[in-house]
Amino acid sequence: MSLLREKLENSKDLVFTAEFPAVDGGGMESVQKNVARLAPWFDAVNATDNPAAHAHASNTTTAIAMKMHGLEPIMQIVCRDKNRIAIQADMMGASLHGITNLSLLTGDDVTAGDEPEARRVFDIDSAQAINIARVMATGTYLSGRAIKPAPDFYIGAVENSAAPPFDYRIQRALKKHRAGARFLQLQICYHPDRLEAFCKGVAEVAPDLKLIPTIVIVKGAKPLGFMHDKVPGIDVPAQTLARVQNASDQSEEVYSLTLELAQHALSLPGVRGLHVTDFRHDDSLARFMSDLGRTPRN
Amino acid sequence: MLKKLLPLVEHALKVPVWDCKMCGQCVLHSTGMTCPMTCPKTLRNGPCGGVREDGNCEVKPEMRCIWVKAYDRTISLPLPKVWKEHYNDLRPPVDMQLQGTSSWINLVTKRDQQVPAGWSVEDGGH
Repeated sequence: MSLLREKLENSKDLVFTAEFPAVDGGGMESVQKNVARLAPWFDAVNATDNPAAHAHASNTTTAIAMKMHGLEPIMQIVCRDKNRIAIQADMMGASLHGITNLSLLTGDDVTAGDEPEARRVFDIDSAQAINIARVMATGTYLSGRAIKPAPDFYIGAVENSAAPPFDYRIQRALKKHRAGARFLQLQICYHPDRLEAFCKGVAEVAPDLKLIPTIVIVKGAKPLGFMHDKVPGIDVPAQTLARVQNASDQSEEVYSLTLELAQHALSLPGVRGLHVTDFRHDDSLARFMSDLGRTPRN
Repeated sequence: MLKKLLPLVEHALKVPVWDCKMCGQCVLHSTGMTCPMTCPKTLRNGPCGGVREDGNCEVKPEMRCIWVKAYDRTISLPLPKVWKEHYNDLRPPVDMQLQGTSSWINLVTKRDQQVPAGWSVEDGGH
């Protein structure tokens, strides 16, 4: 059984997940370095699927490489680049290598990447992908063709708690849960009130669904402004931005803000851990995790 | 004859009103009379995470997200209650074989309700 599933389903422990840096070159040596940096702190780490519509080493191969080096993968699959046949092949391929954690999402549009002229696929959407994974875990492909023995999947998905239509996001989480999602990794959210309303609402309609909000460790006001201006679906309130911009020590101020957001997120109903994205790549990750009371494992 | 004529009539009526893409498996009634096939990602099960703060589309910033529109209209339009209740249904993947055919014929023949054998498999205790 995956450590992620064990912790989320059979314990009350918090789980911490992260994103594995996209692999472009550097071979297994680079994988090893990143595993060494992440493994002490995280229970499982996402093997991304061409994040932000940029081509990298594939989701499945990255997940296999992580597993080989002892880091539990959560294999992401996005709906942008592959049709339903290829997505089922991804899932079966993961299963072949003993990879069971899945995170299934729509994915950024091709226009977010460096090849906006590419054909977008979106043959199925994330809710449909979740249902297909659930069905495969009962022993059949979408077509009805048998899979013996059935693959073992622990199915996750993603939801944005802070994007319109706000009220509907709770229902959408419920739809994904009914389709088969056991946990949701939430997108970055700089509106604690929206996150709170979402988590409370989900805890009411789907108390069994495990929520993992995302926290991003950044260096200062510039990356906050970048996310606000350039990443659709992320809104940084003006006063939050001003708080960091006007601070005498931006780096320290944004760190305090990040810690506050994390502590608030962890206090919410249904929240079972955090998904941490580190854009600072300095000693902040260790400081952040220690401030949350975590100790590195050997 | 009808098989050839109806798609033409449907096309003539539904394209100007809903920007219909003739997917042949119409769900307009359950989406606040807003066509999900006009979403650049052709999402059938609700908005993606890229909806902008103003409710507009990630891909086309000048366009209102069709799922924001669908949600608002489901609440505000005087549509039958049973249609509104279907808003959050899990819709199956689009059957590409029906592209260009008349959804009216497919509704009557129930062809639009056919789904792959695996789609509706229950968990059986999983």
